[in-house]
Amino acid sequence: MAIGLTHYLVLGAILFSLGLYTVLTRRNAISVLMGVELILNSANINYVAFSHFSSGNVDGQIYAIFVIMLAAAEAAVGLAIVLAIFQLFHTIDVGAVETLKE
Amino acid sequence: MTHPFFPVLVLFFFAGSVVLALLLIAQMVGPKRPNPVKDEPFESGNPPKGDARIRFPVKFYLVAMLFLIFDLEGVFLYPWAVLFRRLGIFGLVEMGIFLTVVVVGFVYAWKKGALDWE
Amino acid sequence: METNLAPLLPSAEVVLTALSVLLLDLFIRKDEKGLLVWISLIGLALAGGMALFLWGSHEGAFQDSILLDDFALFFTELFLGAAAITILSSVHYVRETNIHEGEFYALVLLSTFGMILMAAANDLILFFLGLETMSIGVYILTGMWRERSQASEAAMKYFLIGAFATGFLLYGIALIYGAAGSTHLGRIASALGQTKSHGSIILSAGVFLLFVGLAFKVAAVPFHFWVPDVYDGAPTPVSAFMAVAVKAAAFAGWARIFLYQLSPLQSEWTLPLKALAILTMTVGNLLAISQSSVKRMLAYSSIAHAGYLLIALVAGGESGGQALLFYLLSYAAMTFGAFGVLIALKEGENDHEAYSDFAGLGFKRPFLGMAMSLFMLSLAGFPPLAGFTGKFYLFRSAVVAGHIDLAIIGALNSLLSVVYYLRVIVMMYMEEGGAEGKPFARAPYLYLAIAIAVLGTVYLGVLPAPALDLSRISFISLH
Repeated sequence: MAIGLTHYLVLGAILFSLGLYTVLTRRNAISVLMGVELILNSANINYVAFSHFSSGNVDGQIYAIFVIMLAAAEAAVGLAIVLAIFQLFHTIDVGAVETLKE
Repeated sequence: MTHPFFPVLVLFFFAGSVVLALLLIAQMVGPKRPNPVKDEPFESGNPPKGDARIRFPVKFYLVAMLFLIFDLEGVFLYPWAVLFRRLGIFGLVEMGIFLTVVVVGFVYAWKKGALDWE
Repeated sequence: METNLAPLLPSAEVVLTALSVLLLDLFIRKDEKGLLVWISLIGLALAGGMALFLWGSHEGAFQDSILLDDFALFFTELFLGAAAITILSSVHYVRETNIHEGEFYALVLLSTFGMILMAAANDLILFFLGLETMSIGVYILTGMWRERSQASEAAMKYFLIGAFATGFLLYGIALIYGAAGSTHLGRIASALGQTKSHGSIILSAGVFLLFVGLAFKVAAVPFHFWVPDVYDGAPTPVSAFMAVAVKAAAFAGWARIFLYQLSPLQSEWTLPLKALAILTMTVGNLLAISQSSVKRMLAYSSIAHAGYLLIALVAGGESGGQALLFYLLSYAAMTFGAFGVLIALKEGENDHEAYSDFAGLGFKRPFLGMAMSLFMLSLAGFPPLAGFTGKFYLFRSAVVAGHIDLAIIGALNSLLSVVYYLRVIVMMYMEEGGAEGKPFARAPYLYLAIAIAVLGTVYLGVLPAPALDLSRISFISLH
């Protein structure tokens, strides 16, 4: 059986679900960040797959590079914020950091 | 077809059931027979030495972040370099602008002392 | 390769200013930092001048993936103004809180650049890049007050939720790209016309994810839960910037993508959008009533106002678009003003954000008291202020489009909102012993910002005709 567009899309969808699962269940800020990265990369797989199989142009592959770049910038900012959180709260548990309440 | 958003529902049902299935399978199928050897972080046979959760100096994170950013800026140079002749002067100027922005970031990091180890 | 670079001028100017501020900050002494304020403001003014110069030109760059039509220019001016007012009202705030000045202004400018890109983008991927440029800047701005734990907490929440929404948006765009073969809005629209059956599953899923991602960004209920904490924890000028500019940018994208290019699908998303609007208004207003902090109340009120703005998106068409743009203008003036007064109450370590801190303000600082009363009345929708005119046109557009129920719910909601807005005024004039507020001499920039907001609120309320015309022309230029 030849590997076609569908396979890539299913792979992307599975990766997306895994990312979603990570974001929704993890309490560690770094793990949540990793879940977000999974979601971004699942989109990347879709871009490259669509670009190769269906759209007939290379735009999608360029977008994938953009997204990788963005993910890096986001990860850098995210790590900096998590670092600041750790210095202040001595934990990076998302649930434990609760000072803002009505 | 039914409602046009029906497939979306199917997609979400699929996503949800994958998550549920994974959880359930792990709960049901996975045998739980813990013993001290199994609970070790590395099952390589070597007795673990010290704690894996040692604290790294925060400087490493800073270096890692800077590396991440500047390393990935490099990605954009490759397509440009491959098509250097075809893009001509326009591409050169555009890449010059891009590099200027990157260099401003670099100068900023340098002057702020992010590159000093001590 | 011939490329028309004129449409890039305003945004390039903003980036240039940001980079100069960032670089200059490294080389000047601490007591010279006032210079940075002026450079930022002059840069914004120059960019504004360029945008004005380009008015009506309707030019595109890079195969029309950036389209500087009047719609984009209207929002460009709005964002530039919002950035200028944010900078004016934060000059004293950043000094009091030891926030790094240079980075603060540079980040405001860079997020403004992202917003301009969002409004001008005629290509989903470019829209996404603009959104991320804006968001990353605002994430950092939120957490810039490093000593304050709430600020870092707010930054983390905002970041994690924002990044999550980004993932949805990106995945949605990927699916649309797959279904339409392009991310260019024009080509998506023509692909929509041809293939109705093929790829429509993927397309619907993509549009749905895009919808959810944008709903996160405009903080529509049920995607609103992060707003109160984030606005509460962030430095107050940043909260104002988020409430006005970030929201406006998201609405700009929403209007361009959904009201114009994806309008063939309108029948499919009208119902969910209507539900979203009703929920957002009602929940925002109901939760705002029970707050004891004015800053949190303003956060919930911004949710409610997002609900009002969604009415315009449901209504659509020319009247809906006009109402949307005009209401964003009025909303910007009154929200900046309200947050500005809140900044004026801050003294050293004390934020003075509770209702009780407003007690007696009307007598101690007559200008602040008057201004705050004006903003509250306008937010509640009393004539003849900007908020009333804006709401009038919003509800009218709903009636024109046949959504009378929506207009009625909206009107009932603004009645409900009177409760908590008037509470501030009652506090200011009928109670005693609250915070002192800054005298004019200590914060001239801040007073300038508040005065501009007062003028805007009154002007848009009393003489709405020019601004309404402007909104209509801008919206029409989309077609």
